[in-house]
Amino acid sequence: MLGWYVAKRILLAIPTLFGVTVITFALTYLLPGNPALVKAGPLATPEHIREMERQMGLDQPVVVQYGRYVTGVLRGDLGESSMTGRPVLQDLMQRVPATLELTLASLVVAVLAGVPLGVIAAVRRDGIVDHVSRLLGVAGVAMPTFWTGLLALYVFFYALGVAPPPLGRLDNSVTPPMTITGMYAFDALLTGHWRALGSALHQLVLPALTLGFSVMAPLMRMVRATMLEVLESDYIKAAWAAGLPRRTVIYGDALRNCLIPVITILGVIFGFLMAGNVVVEVVFAWPGIGNYAVTSLMSKDSGPIQSFVLFVAVVYVLVNLAVDVVYGLVDPRIRLH
Amino acid sequence: MSDLLRIENLTVHFDTDDGAVEAVDGASFSIRPGEIFGLVGESGSGKSVTALTILRLLRPPARIVSGRIAFEGRDLLALAAADMRHVRGARISMVFQSPRTSLNPVLPVGAQLERVIRLHAGASAREARERALAMLRECGISEVERRAAQYPHQLSGGMCQRVMIAMALATSPRLLLADEPTTGLDVSIAAQILDLLRDLGHRTGASILLITHDLGVVAGLCDRVAVMHAGQIVETADVRRLFHAPAHPYTRALLRSVPRVDREFAMEPIPGAVPSLLAPPPGCRFASRCPVVMPECRIERPAVTLLEVDHTVSCFAAVTPVRAGAPAEGGDG
Repeated sequence: MLGWYVAKRILLAIPTLFGVTVITFALTYLLPGNPALVKAGPLATPEHIREMERQMGLDQPVVVQYGRYVTGVLRGDLGESSMTGRPVLQDLMQRVPATLELTLASLVVAVLAGVPLGVIAAVRRDGIVDHVSRLLGVAGVAMPTFWTGLLALYVFFYALGVAPPPLGRLDNSVTPPMTITGMYAFDALLTGHWRALGSALHQLVLPALTLGFSVMAPLMRMVRATMLEVLESDYIKAAWAAGLPRRTVIYGDALRNCLIPVITILGVIFGFLMAGNVVVEVVFAWPGIGNYAVTSLMSKDSGPIQSFVLFVAVVYVLVNLAVDVVYGLVDPRIRLH
Repeated sequence: MSDLLRIENLTVHFDTDDGAVEAVDGASFSIRPGEIFGLVGESGSGKSVTALTILRLLRPPARIVSGRIAFEGRDLLALAAADMRHVRGARISMVFQSPRTSLNPVLPVGAQLERVIRLHAGASAREARERALAMLRECGISEVERRAAQYPHQLSGGMCQRVMIAMALATSPRLLLADEPTTGLDVSIAAQILDLLRDLGHRTGASILLITHDLGVVAGLCDRVAVMHAGQIVETADVRRLFHAPAHPYTRALLRSVPRVDREFAMEPIPGAVPSLLAPPPGCRFASRCPVVMPECRIERPAVTLLEVDHTVSCFAAVTPVRAGAPAEGGDG
């Protein structure tokens, strides 16, 4: 039942992803600048450049170029990065775990802060927590992450000296753990490499706080709004009337009925973080796909950019699917078919 | 017999930006052990607010201005919050008017029943399950194992109300507050639910406060009745007495507004609506709708007068029958 549903949804996603390839292709095709020129180097002669164009297929009609691009993608060939000289797929796979690790950590920060604040803000409406959390939420959305990131670095690294320098995922003196998932903190935990675990978490704290803070607000507001609605419902009134303890009514009955909108917003935030932590990755020299995309964009390296956009599109499709599947698990009224 | 519940001079206000809405104004009545007590009145007359006040479930902007609610010798309004929690669901439980939305949609109904039993009876998981199934069976549900595993949306409205009643009575409370328990149910299902309430009430010895706007239900089920209008109790009587010799013009109007087949004259709706409870005028709140209104009705609130045993009324006209016109017209019931 569930397997059939997932298969159907994946089939339905194929046209969407084809649409994305048209856009990514058009994007780089229309982008000013000649990739052949970049690849040939500054000293190339015009003949050399034309030769390069022929090699790269740039002299072919657009449709042919697109066809070659799509068949390549289907075979897992995302082209080559002229910057690293390696296949783009390999580059991406190496960087995805770093981005995923940062995204998950930020999500944990956002949930740990946003959900309790939203609940308390709803239960004690117009109380002090309600006002303070509203202020925090607005601040988190209004302040750009490159600024909060730099501010956090200034305070915790430069002034207080409690945070590590923003130089990637591990301290230089620590050997990375054996690769299982590619996420250092997880791998270190799985292999019992405690020194690497400590260093990985230490490095994660500031970027995760920066990103978590920026996405906490929508989660918090959603929890608050849904809680306010649920707390007014008949079954919560009935739960109070049955003498159930406060904690059970609020965190058991009420919060469980808020899960659907909360999961929806978590899915949106997850997709947003995977694609949107570009700036934070640059600020903290985090070797993820956002950083990769920025560097590629700077050097007009079209393959990695196309692939980054395509990857993000795939992530969105998968996240939406996962969100829908989770709906069916948390709400007995929803049946997947 | 001493009263199980005695409400004295209860006044509840809702604070709004325009002033206080006087939702319940000086209500007094008492419920005896084992009886079914009806509380009737139009929508907005303060019936539900009264019930919620008994369980202290009102939240701001609602505010209890004055009054006493004595239950089993204790004043509920003076009880500590922790003690009140052991009254709710254990000594006094409540059945609400919309069964389908009063059960938690994401929990199986059996689990909802079991946790209330475990909470108040201190039963083990196994005992609670057995008791829950037995209670469901007693409430007329068949295939209880299968039903207990189902979610509220998989059950009909009548079935949900049976579950609610099972939950309310599983802890052997002394008082059951039933707030329009048949709203939204088919007539035949509604009748079954009311029969169930009466049977279980008699079997367990629990008293029932039945809130309704349906005088037919009152006639068939209740021992005594209080009639509420615009936040005030206007008449309290034994159910036979109320139907045979209604004393308050509002009660008479209510009786006339019930469609009946055994009567030659047509039903008459009550003119006007429940007056605004935001800063209501002094005097009787029924004055603007009353066919036998007198000058003093608009100036002073009529006191509660004992007409005979178990029959009180708050009406100037009812205690000065010479000027009251035709008080006999309700006597055909």
